[in-house]
Amino acid sequence: MLHITTLHYLVVGAGLFLLGVIGVLTRRNVVIVLMSIELILNAVNLNLVAFSRYWQGMPVRMGGGATALHGQIFSIFVITDAAAEAAVGLGILIAFFRNKETVNIDEVHLLKW
Amino acid sequence: MFFLSHIWLIPLLPAFGAALMFFFGRKLQKASVSAVCVGVIALAFLMACGAVWQYSAWSSAPEHYRQPYQTVLYTWLGSGTGHLTYLTHDGTSAPFEADAGFLLDPLSSIWLLFVTGVGMLIHIYSTGYMAHEGGYYRFFGYLNLFMFSMLTLILANNYVLLFVGWEGVGLCSYLLIGFYFHRKSASDAAAKAFIVNRIGDAGFLLGMFFIAWYFGSLRFIDVTQIARSGRFAVGDPIITAATLLLFVGACGKSAQIPLYVWLPDAMEGPTPVSALIHAATMVTAGVYMVARSNAVFVLAPTSMKTVAIVGALTAIFAASIGLVQNDIKRVLAYSTVSQLGYMFLALGVGAFAAGVFHVFTHAFFKALLFLGAGSVIHSMSGEQDMRNMGDLGHRIPTTHRTMFIATLAIAGIFPFAGFFSKDAILWETWSREGGAYRFLWYIGYATALMTAFYMFRLMYLTFHGRPRMSHDVEHHIHESPASMTGPLVALALCAIVAGWLGWPQSLGGSDRFTKFLEPVFAPEARVLQVEGQTGQLVAGVEEEHNTGTEWLLMALSLGAAGLGWGMAWRSYRHADKGYSEPIAVLAPPVYKTLLNKYYVDEAYDEAFTGRRKVGNVRLGVLGLGEASSWFDTHVIDGLVNFAGWITRFTATVSSWWDKWIIDGIGVNGPAILARMLSYPARLFEWGLVQWYALVMTAGLVGFVFYYVWH
Repeated sequence: MLHITTLHYLVVGAGLFLLGVIGVLTRRNVVIVLMSIELILNAVNLNLVAFSRYWQGMPVRMGGGATALHGQIFSIFVITDAAAEAAVGLGILIAFFRNKETVNIDEVHLLKW
Repeated sequence: MFFLSHIWLIPLLPAFGAALMFFFGRKLQKASVSAVCVGVIALAFLMACGAVWQYSAWSSAPEHYRQPYQTVLYTWLGSGTGHLTYLTHDGTSAPFEADAGFLLDPLSSIWLLFVTGVGMLIHIYSTGYMAHEGGYYRFFGYLNLFMFSMLTLILANNYVLLFVGWEGVGLCSYLLIGFYFHRKSASDAAAKAFIVNRIGDAGFLLGMFFIAWYFGSLRFIDVTQIARSGRFAVGDPIITAATLLLFVGACGKSAQIPLYVWLPDAMEGPTPVSALIHAATMVTAGVYMVARSNAVFVLAPTSMKTVAIVGALTAIFAASIGLVQNDIKRVLAYSTVSQLGYMFLALGVGAFAAGVFHVFTHAFFKALLFLGAGSVIHSMSGEQDMRNMGDLGHRIPTTHRTMFIATLAIAGIFPFAGFFSKDAILWETWSREGGAYRFLWYIGYATALMTAFYMFRLMYLTFHGRPRMSHDVEHHIHESPASMTGPLVALALCAIVAGWLGWPQSLGGSDRFTKFLEPVFAPEARVLQVEGQTGQLVAGVEEEHNTGTEWLLMALSLGAAGLGWGMAWRSYRHADKGYSEPIAVLAPPVYKTLLNKYYVDEAYDEAFTGRRKVGNVRLGVLGLGEASSWFDTHVIDGLVNFAGWITRFTATVSSWWDKWIIDGIGVNGPAILARMLSYPARLFEWGLVQWYALVMTAGLVGFVFYYVWH
């Protein structure tokens, strides 16, 4: 039976992050880009929680113990931040759509040289 | 001293007459024209007499004994604040000044008297001669203008004013020769006279410049004084050049070889013009100028020799042509050239007084001859060819007798005027410088023989023999009116008496003429010898005045005159229709050459006038016409075109440079560079969102790698 260690969580997190980055870089639709950004943030959350669990299993004198919940608490902040950011992002998207009638990110080049 | 101090009135009177004719002449009656124009000359003559009289009194006063009298009206050139100075040959600075100044000394006195005197007589004569001609006022206006110019020339106190008069007489000669300008031959002759004169004038000007440069002054008094001061050595090359150039000017004006060709053609003008200008006055201007410059000429023995030789050659050359001419005026024209040659011969050997004496006597008998010829032509209704004359003697007795006296004078028969003057010249030629000029004496002697021959030929063909004219003309023959015969008689008297003024000492006379001219010609400076190294002026060795030789020469010249007369008598005394010329019989080719004046005019035409073309090339003066034209078209214009091409070429280069180098590199370069360099920088602001995201990611990866690898 495969023993699931912290490493597995980190890899999943990295994979999600990578997917998120690729989505930001390559997707044409602005909504998908925003979704990819959420994905990145959630990958980071996963990372944080994984490390929090890891340190819970560590002895106290090293900084761990049952109350080493720093990562989990930080991830709550990240989620909050992600939500706010998504709201703002969607607001920009709405404003952008109102002006350009399109959600194609390639069309956001008013400041083009 | 009224006449002396107001001597400037003498030229001014005829100038006034000329001006009057110019402005009002057309509206005046012939009588008024005559009265004014003859009157001013008569008045001028009287004033001239007065001036000379007063001068002789003035110059005998001890404070200015024998000095020339000078009066300056105003400074003409070089006056005012803008003084012109120039550098003389030794580096000193001299002011260029020419005054309107008048000089009276024995030399100009003589000229003054005979110019105004003979001029007055000719003016009187012209009232009769031109009475039936058109342009009466124009004629007298020109004549007066001529008198003004001639008197300015004579009385000038400096070379520049003399040159003004010189040019003025040249102009009037042109105007008067071409008086009948409707005739092409007349206007051609006028142009020829002026042009040939001009050539001489170029020489005159150059000579004048040399004198100004070398002597530092152009006034006669200054030049004479400096020349006699011994500053310059005898034979000085600059002075030789200057005098030769002055002589070129004299050749032009006084018709010597090679510039004599205008004088025979000048006979196209009315006869009084020929008498005044081309016998008595204008042509003597060259002699006057050389005599005036005697101090300078004496410093250049080479020039003197040249003058003498040219004079002698001209004398015999012209006389030979005169032997066979058929136009009465042409004979007299060549005779004038020949006699002028005698005058220059005299000047050249150093006998200035003798030369001037011949000018004096010649003025009378030559004017008389021309006026007489005019009278003949007038009576013959315009006929001038002697072949159509004959037996006029008893029909026009006054003319005949006066012309006979003139012929005796010119032939040099004792005791008429020409004998004394011609003989003086021949004697001086023989004896000067120990006989150095003897070869010229032979030329002069032969000329005297020819002179007698052609003059008596003229007399016999015109007045004796059988009448050869047509009947109509014969009926019209009449003696000229008193206005014409009067001057003839007056001149005849002068022709008899004038010579007596120079009655030589060898015949018991006192030679007043030469004595009168002594202050001018300074006999003590009679050089013609170069002393050792310094070449200074020394008095010539006084010739042993061999009276016996002089008598012998006199007898010889009388013999020549008599021989010439005799030969003419034999050939022409009974000339009938179809008479034969002895020269034509003896040597036809010689006759033909002489009749065609040695083809000199044709030669000049060939060489100088550019009328002829050789192949396709117009020769011009010595072939220079075509050469100059080619030079102008190809070289000069080539240079001009080349300058244009250069301009266009440099403009092209400049524009290329501007477009490609300046604009390309200088202006566009930085722009291109900026664009190239900014390209990467531009990427940061591309405007593509995902690109920004990519860059951010790349940076992130870079950081990660950095941390991992360190």
